[in-house]
Amino acid sequence: MSMTQKILSTHIVKDDSTSPVIPEIGEIIEVEIDVIMVHEQLGGRIAPEYEKLGLDYIKHPERVVFILDHWVPSPTIDASNMHIRANEFAKKYKIENILGENKGICHTVLPEQGFIAPGMIAIGSDSHTTTYGAFNCFSTGVGATDICNAFATGTLWFKVPEPLHLIIKKSTFEKGVFAKDLALSLLEEYGVDDLIYQAMEFSGPGLRNLTISSRVTLANMSVEMGAKNAIFEFDSITENWLLQNSYYLSRHGEHFNSISCDEIVEGKSKTIDLSTIQPMIAKPYSPDNVSEVNDCIGIEIDQGFIGSCTNGSLEDLRSAAYILKGHTVHPDTRCVVIPASAEIYLEAMREGLIEIFMKAGCIVGPSTCGPCFGGHMGVLGDNEVCISTTNRNFRGRMGSYSAQVYLASPATVAASVIQGKITSPSTYME
Amino acid sequence: MNTITGKVWVFGDFIDTDLIIPHAYLATSDPSELTKHAFESIYENFYQKVKRGDIIIAGKNFGTGSSREEAVFVLKQMGIAAVIAESFARIYYRNLINLGILAIQIENITHAVKNGDIITIDCRNGTLQNTTTSETFIFPSFPSFIVNLIEKGGTIHFLKEKLGKH
Repeated sequence: MSMTQKILSTHIVKDDSTSPVIPEIGEIIEVEIDVIMVHEQLGGRIAPEYEKLGLDYIKHPERVVFILDHWVPSPTIDASNMHIRANEFAKKYKIENILGENKGICHTVLPEQGFIAPGMIAIGSDSHTTTYGAFNCFSTGVGATDICNAFATGTLWFKVPEPLHLIIKKSTFEKGVFAKDLALSLLEEYGVDDLIYQAMEFSGPGLRNLTISSRVTLANMSVEMGAKNAIFEFDSITENWLLQNSYYLSRHGEHFNSISCDEIVEGKSKTIDLSTIQPMIAKPYSPDNVSEVNDCIGIEIDQGFIGSCTNGSLEDLRSAAYILKGHTVHPDTRCVVIPASAEIYLEAMREGLIEIFMKAGCIVGPSTCGPCFGGHMGVLGDNEVCISTTNRNFRGRMGSYSAQVYLASPATVAASVIQGKITSPSTYME
Repeated sequence: MNTITGKVWVFGDFIDTDLIIPHAYLATSDPSELTKHAFESIYENFYQKVKRGDIIIAGKNFGTGSSREEAVFVLKQMGIAAVIAESFARIYYRNLINLGILAIQIENITHAVKNGDIITIDCRNGTLQNTTTSETFIFPSFPSFIVNLIEKGGTIHFLKEKLGKH
């Protein structure tokens, strides 16, 4: 069985004797959901749909985690009212885990606060819910009605996805190359639709050279290839990260339902050599319009953005600060830096990273999804060009329909904002 | 869910959720205000041109991107009867079924229809005919529980009935 199949099989709802124990690929099954993450969508389409059911309860309010992250702090009256509707709903239905609007971006905060554990099934009202697969669980994004279904029943139906095994051979990234570059390389190979309905399953001897932050970036962007989920095999990196997380220990103790990869389905695998990956960039208007950074050198930019659920980790900030230290952002360019969570922000302050960014002339903002989806705090104007560490560069994604967004690693964005044009990170690496 | 006949609107490949309904408008609680912006960068004032019962025909990976159900909700508001695409993004496909809109995958369909053609979908026999050109396509039938969901008008209605029985 694939790792995804293993997790789904332990969660199957057995309502009669004919229910399968081992789900086959392609089979539609109903499973128990361990974590239901909701954000502003709670006050968007979820609340009005759920009210139609006429229920006065959520079946497992202890499994629901509610956080506000897209429009925080609120930039508009509409967004404020959306927050009010979401908060009222959470109170009315006694949602137990209310994280508020000061913790940061959902996909960073949930693992950080210990809600995500190996072997579990998590869903969220956000397509990038695939991110939690970095922690050896099954997680995927769903729409408002699916959330309502899970609220009411504690369960949801899924088609068991076909696995694609991504085996990392013993290798390391070259200097200046990061997980974002690997994610973009995979997008170059698979496009935005080759992996629709598939499970990307990462394993292999080189996995130990992918940090948790790297795994987060890859799992996050798996949805850009159409994947249903991504999952990383449990190893000492996962274990150490969880053991060092006091929130995890207080919720789950020193216990892991670890899932290992012990069967590779023939013909459904790809071997990855990290040392062959180059700094990559996705050009407008699709995440799979990928080329090497070297092919885009010199394109002038109006804005750089470092942050988001894809690349707003402490490790990401460190790689950007390493390059920006002692330099200044080009006078014709603005650079927005947003740590993905309040905890990361605090640690970045302690390490002096925030000072490096501010001295370089970056605008450092509070943790929010804001600029990534053109919501606030860095919305692009007509014909503006942005290089961003985010996950999507669709037309209009970060603002004006005529604006252009290039996707790259934090190091590439940092090098580019110094020059005011797309620049290889190798320029600033010894 | 036997036969549906309607006029088609044709879209290209990779129509993402930001093109269907830009994120900037999602904070509004007014469904008619939201619907005004549906497909606005592709067909100006689409919401005024479209008629209830019309059908959307699209290319590859329709609905790629965000999980926002608003991108299906606006179709429901405009009365779109069905979406036929060469392929669907996973979450978008689920959202269509969940809101009770027929979603059918047919290869190369965008080459066989043009804006304004009238098509007839026969769900029972799994056929789609372009009545303007008489060309016919076949598609596999749906699992019974999906037929049930769509006939009930979507998951919420199905769920309400199911929970009411307990």
